Amino acid sequence: MTIHETLDTTKLLNEVCEQLKGHIRHIDPNKLGFIGIHTGGVWVANKIAEELELKANVGELNIAFYRDDFSKIGVHPTVKPSQLPFEVNGRHLILVDDILHTGRTVRAAMNEIFDYGRPLSISLVVLIARSGRELPIHADVCGADINLSKGEHVKLKGPEPLRLEICRDS
Amino acid sequence: MMVKQNLQLDAARRLKHFLSIEGLSKTILTNILDHAETFTSVGERTVKKVPLLRGKTVVNLFFEASTRTRTTFELAAKRLSADVMNINIDASATSKGESLADTLRTLEAMQADMFIVRHQDSGAPEFIARQVSSGVSVINAGDGRHAHPTQAMLDMFTIRRHKPIFENLTVAIVGDIKHSRVARSEIHALKILGVPEIRVVAPKTLIPAEIEKLGISVHHDIQQGIEDADVVVMLRLQKERMRSALLPSGSEFFNTYGLTSKNLKAAKPDAIVMHPGPINRGIEIDSAIADSKQSLILEQVANGIAVRMAIMSLVVGNASL
Repeated sequence: MTIHETLDTTKLLNEVCEQLKGHIRHIDPNKLGFIGIHTGGVWVANKIAEELELKANVGELNIAFYRDDFSKIGVHPTVKPSQLPFEVNGRHLILVDDILHTGRTVRAAMNEIFDYGRPLSISLVVLIARSGRELPIHADVCGADINLSKGEHVKLKGPEPLRLEICRDS
Repeated sequence: MMVKQNLQLDAARRLKHFLSIEGLSKTILTNILDHAETFTSVGERTVKKVPLLRGKTVVNLFFEASTRTRTTFELAAKRLSADVMNINIDASATSKGESLADTLRTLEAMQADMFIVRHQDSGAPEFIARQVSSGVSVINAGDGRHAHPTQAMLDMFTIRRHKPIFENLTVAIVGDIKHSRVARSEIHALKILGVPEIRVVAPKTLIPAEIEKLGISVHHDIQQGIEDADVVVMLRLQKERMRSALLPSGSEFFNTYGLTSKNLKAAKPDAIVMHPGPINRGIEIDSAIADSKQSLILEQVANGIAVRMAIMSLVVGNASL
């Protein structure tokens, strides 16, 4: 796989924060909860919460047990367990991931969230939405939309500094 | 040279059945412990269930009575969203003339994906694993005097949560070593995970021949045996064995080998005490110790669910590939 292009992560993060400010302007900050999807989404969620000076805790979601490809690839290697340091019931959740691609990860994440409780709302925030959706899932806030072919991939490296790379199968 | 194929592993050396700790690598054991860590968090949520084994059928096939092992397996399977059937096969089933192989075929015809097997004869789960078709997994829930690998793994998990570095530990296993499948599986697991000092403590009649060959030391004095130990594992004294005159009486055993607060002073001050249960208070362990802060007996039961979830999802995941 060859690195084809590196994207400006700072610019994308700023764009996401600007859009998000508008998106949450009517929500009581005490009722907000940030949830990052392991691993890239957690990095991005932490950056956003820091930038917006929202002291709301950032939860972490490990969706390994909710994926739909268990019968194809077995159990995923584990990362850290999910940790939501707040009550999900009655909260507006900001679900953060680095890249939105097929939408299957977000589907799995929402299923897991509902096993913790019933949120008032969930908004989806991503740094990059790339082409290739397989489910009716769209981001509410998104740094950039990009069109990629099947052999191209976007990958977030981090956590410090965050770097987005577009790679191509060689 | 012919390398003996380990029945538990597939061609890519992934775990497909879980029959015995012997022959498994440190990587596989550590992987189970890491997964169990993640599954622990599921038990702390409002909805204690994940959809991993949705649509799979797990059969608890118990040829020997058990409460905690069967119920924790059942709960683990249910928390993974599997459908669970409990089948207790007592003498009457076999007295109808059906052989074990025929019973299995009948159950397989019901599309079972996994058998959890407990049997009074050593080797029965392995026999079953050889019989089942390729997508079906078998987990040993205790066979004869041979092995009880999931109990060993939940004990390793409990140890690691309190004493994270296996390479620094001294572990003493006290009690009826001879008849204990738990002791055998634990010794193998501790060895593979790198525990440098493993001791067994029991009267001569309850020590199996040539156990030193496993690379452990044998003690007949409890204070000596648990001296400076980080972990003390007490085993259940199988009272039914007393009839065969291996032991004089329960109270006499307690006087010599029972774990009391006085004896426990020989171990490290922060030593942890474990017991696979069910415990005989006043025979192998003093009530005050069993209920003390150092005792992790109830934590072991809770950890058993997460560890069994990890093992079940790993073998079913690998078997369905």
